[in-house]
Amino acid sequence: MGKATVIPFGPQHPVLPEPLHLDLVVEDEHVIEAIPQIGFVHRGLEKLVETRDIHQFIYVAERICGICSFGHSLGYAETVESLMGVEVPRRAQYLRVILHELSRVHSHLLWLGLAADSFGFESLFMHCWRLRERVLDIFEATTGGRVILSYVQIGGVVRDIDAQTLQWICEKLDSIEDEYKEICNTFLKDSSVRSRLAGVGYLSQQQAEELCMVGPFARASNVGYDCRLLGHGAYGELSDFAPVTSAGGDCLARVEVRCAEVNQSIAIVKELVAKIPNDGIGEKSKLKPAAGAQACNVLEQPRGECYYYALGNGTANLERMRMRTPTTQNLAGMVKALEGCDLADVPMVILTIDPCISCSER
Amino acid sequence: MSNVSKSPWVIHYDGSSCNGCDIEVLAALSPLYDAERFGVVNTGNPKHADIFLVTGSVNAQNIDVVREIYNQMVEPKVVVACGICACSGGIFHDCYNVIGGVDKAIPVDVYAPGCAIRPETIIDAVVEGIGVLEQKRAALEAQRKGA
Repeated sequence: MGKATVIPFGPQHPVLPEPLHLDLVVEDEHVIEAIPQIGFVHRGLEKLVETRDIHQFIYVAERICGICSFGHSLGYAETVESLMGVEVPRRAQYLRVILHELSRVHSHLLWLGLAADSFGFESLFMHCWRLRERVLDIFEATTGGRVILSYVQIGGVVRDIDAQTLQWICEKLDSIEDEYKEICNTFLKDSSVRSRLAGVGYLSQQQAEELCMVGPFARASNVGYDCRLLGHGAYGELSDFAPVTSAGGDCLARVEVRCAEVNQSIAIVKELVAKIPNDGIGEKSKLKPAAGAQACNVLEQPRGECYYYALGNGTANLERMRMRTPTTQNLAGMVKALEGCDLADVPMVILTIDPCISCSER
Repeated sequence: MSNVSKSPWVIHYDGSSCNGCDIEVLAALSPLYDAERFGVVNTGNPKHADIFLVTGSVNAQNIDVVREIYNQMVEPKVVVACGICACSGGIFHDCYNVIGGVDKAIPVDVYAPGCAIRPETIIDAVVEGIGVLEQKRAALEAQRKGA
C-alpha cells in the first residue's frame, strides 16, 4: 500500500460540464475517501422571491436548472396553486405531464450520452444526443424554446397544443423507438460497455435507504420509491404505473433503470395523448397568496424527488420559497459509492448519480 | 472566412450558469449542428485551446477559476461570453452572490446573447471569434517582426 495522496478533481474538468470540486484521497489507484466541495454555482435565487412577484418567479424557477427546467416551473407553479387554492383544468394538467415526461426523455437521453462519453464511447454519446434533438424539436414546435420552455403559468399553461400536433408528437416518439432500442442494446449487452459498468460503484438497498437516496439512483439499488406514485395531477389518471427498479446496485443497474424509464415515459405520453380531456387550458390566476399561508409539494424530477415549500405574506410576492433538490439528497450516496473505487472509474461513478449542481446550489 | 487556415479548439467553463447554455454548447458539437466537422474540438486543457467559451456569470467563488483558465491559455486567445448571464448577469443580475458578466473578470471579445443561447448563436459567435483570433495572431506576428 502506498501513502495516501489527495488529488483535486475539478471544478474545471472534462467529464462534467458543471463545476464540482472533489478532493479525492487515494492510496495507489484506489479512492479511500471523497470530500465534495460545492458553491461554485450558488446565485441565491430563492431570495429573488422578494423582488419578483409570483408570476415572474416562474421564469426564475425554470432557470434553477436548464436540464430539469420544465420540472422546476411545474413544481413551483403547483406549490403556489395549492397555496392559493387555484383549480387547474384537467387538460392543462395533462399537457403539463406530457411536457414533463418529454423532458424526462430528453434528460435521460442527455445523461446516457454523457455516461457513454465518460467511459470513452464517443460515437454512442453522439447517437444519444442525435435522438435527443428529436425531443427538442417537439419542445420547439409546441413551446418555442429548446431548453427553457416558459410553458407553465399559475392557473394552467400558456398555450394549447392541438390534436394534430399531439398526434405528431406520438409519431415523432415512434420514430425514435427503433434507434433507441439499438442504443439500449449497446449499453446493456455490449461486452466492453458492461466491463466498465458492472460491479462499479456498488450500493446496497440498505445503504440506499440509510443515505436517503432518491430517483433512478435509488431505484437502481432496488428502492421502489417514485413520487409519481402519489398520483398528483394527471399522474393519478394513468391506467397503470409501477416504478422501474433494478436490484443490481451498480453503475450498470443505473443505466438499466434510466434506459427503461425512457420507454416508460414514452408510454405515459402516448396514453395521456389518447385520453386528453377538452376542458380548456386555464387562465393566469389573479389571486394573491394570503399572509401566513403555507404549501409544500413534491415532484418526481428526472433526477428524483424534488421538494418545494412556499410561504405567502399577503402581497403579490412570496415571503419564502424553498426547495430541496434530488442531487442534494444523492451527494451522500455518491461519496459512499466513490469509496473504494478505482481512480479511473471516478468520472463514471460521479456521473451515474446524474448530478445537477446548479439545481442543488441554486 | 477564406483566410481561416486553422480550426479553433474550444474550452468551456460553466461559471454559475443554470446548465441551459452548457448543454447547448455541447449540442453545438453533437450531430445536428456538428461544429466538429469544421475541426472545432472541445478540449479540457486550457493550453490546447484557442477560444474560451464561458457560460454563466461570475461570483466570488469562481472568479479566480475563470481568471486561472484564462491566464493558462496561450496567446493569441479569444473569450466568448455565451448567454445573457455571461454577458451581463441576465435574470440573476441582482442576486446577492452574482458579481456580474464575465467581463468583470477577464476581457471578453465576443458577446453572444440568449437565454438559453441557441446552438446557432454559439457557432456564429465562434466564427466571429475566429476573425478576432486571426487579427490577434497577425498583430502578434507584426510585433515579433518589429522587435
